[in-house]
Amino acid sequence: MNHKLELQHITKTYITEEGEMSALEGINLEVKPAEFLCIIGPSGCGKTTLLRMVAGLEHPTSGKIILDGKEVICASPDRGMVFQEFSLFPWRTVLKNVEFGLEISGMKDKERQAIAEKYIALVGLDGFQNRYPYELSGGMKQRVAIARALATEPSILLMDEPFGSVDAQTRNLLQKELLEIWKRTKKTVLFVTHSVDEAVYLADRVAVMSARPGCLVKCLTVNIPRPRKRTSAEANEFREKLLMWLSLERSKACATL
Amino acid sequence: MRLPTKEKWLWLVPLTIVVILWQFIAVYVVKDPSILPGFTAVIFSFYELRKYILPDILVSLLHFAIGMALAFAVAIPLAIAMGWFDTVFKAVDPIIELIRPIPPLAWVPLAIAWFHLTHYAAGFIIFIGAFFPILIASYTGFRDVPKVLVETGKVLGCIGNRKLIRYVAIPYALPSIATGTRVGMGVAWMCVVAAEMFSVSNYGLGFRIFARFFPMHQMDYVVAYMFILGLVALCIDRLFRHFVEDKLFKWKKGIVK
Repeated sequence: MNHKLELQHITKTYITEEGEMSALEGINLEVKPAEFLCIIGPSGCGKTTLLRMVAGLEHPTSGKIILDGKEVICASPDRGMVFQEFSLFPWRTVLKNVEFGLEISGMKDKERQAIAEKYIALVGLDGFQNRYPYELSGGMKQRVAIARALATEPSILLMDEPFGSVDAQTRNLLQKELLEIWKRTKKTVLFVTHSVDEAVYLADRVAVMSARPGCLVKCLTVNIPRPRKRTSAEANEFREKLLMWLSLERSKACATL
Repeated sequence: MRLPTKEKWLWLVPLTIVVILWQFIAVYVVKDPSILPGFTAVIFSFYELRKYILPDILVSLLHFAIGMALAFAVAIPLAIAMGWFDTVFKAVDPIIELIRPIPPLAWVPLAIAWFHLTHYAAGFIIFIGAFFPILIASYTGFRDVPKVLVETGKVLGCIGNRKLIRYVAIPYALPSIATGTRVGMGVAWMCVVAAEMFSVSNYGLGFRIFARFFPMHQMDYVVAYMFILGLVALCIDRLFRHFVEDKLFKWKKGIVK
């Protein structure tokens, strides 16, 4: 068994005033070590909920999440998370933000500074150590968030539409840099997105989800060699395949409304 | 913002006019220093009262310090509990809202009954005045901590409320606490005069006004002390802004200015 992460029969039901509402139904998914897996689906399909469960911020109603052979119970620094919203601590400088997890773990001042410096350089923000978040652009904020998530050396990196709130050009650049970081750190990445382009450009594998109830309908392997060209014929072909699966799900979802 | 030198001294013009008008009305219209003392009489009073001014300021500051210290010691822990735990808020808030509208002066009989004619009786009245602004601004700060920052804290290893409060909630709420403290100090200073009316000590700015100058109809002395009350409050506020707000909240610049 060489799975990094295993989701076993995950379900999530919310109790609402109209009775039980099923948000996720019978999700099974395996992620290999050092794999880059994108989860894509329409909004409301529960992809973020799924990611938050892996982070330990929410709990499945039934089913198990196994990371490195151990069940996930609560949040912990062995899973790095990058949120869609800007999540830097505004009262801390870039350096102190990246140091945060290490500081909590009780690491000595000098040691954690050296590690933080290394990750700040990795995301290309050398020279910005003493800036406050309000002085940074959106793209830079997310880079710091990535550096901060990596600094505690998590076993997996969870990303919830991290580039959703930056402009298109910056997004392309950040995607390229993320692949670079992924190659260098050999991290397993679980990346939630609603962008087909993003999934095609980034992923080793794409998991397609449907809404109401949220379930996994298809896992597609992206067999395009890297570095990928966004406009290549293969990329377009894959994009079409992915769009077909998504529209299939959308029409099905509409039919059940 | 730097004003051109011309505008920088603009305030001197209306001030001079007001002073001249005041002097003119007092001397040539009212002609009764027990109704309206002239400007020159008030200035001369500072010289006549030079022996009392410093000890009176110090004693008033002592009362102020007792009240503020007590308000801080009670309000901050309560604000953390109310802001962080919703059950505490729901349980305690109705009591707070019941006591809050009572004017601090109404507590004077109880204060004297409990603490007799001591500095602590005055301190208690000042405490009542400062307590509520500090409490309310502070718990609002704690209640407003963005969810994403709390979750970031959890993912980075803040296990349990203690660490979340220390590393996420308190730094986030500090500016609110500072604002509450500034407002609280203002109210507290207003209470100083009222608290000293009842001769809890033979010194104090409020004591001197009510127990010494007023019975003798020394309005020039009264007005001189009114100026001192205003100036001391101004100094306290300026010092607070200089040492606390400007130094501590560099990171807020992007939000405030």
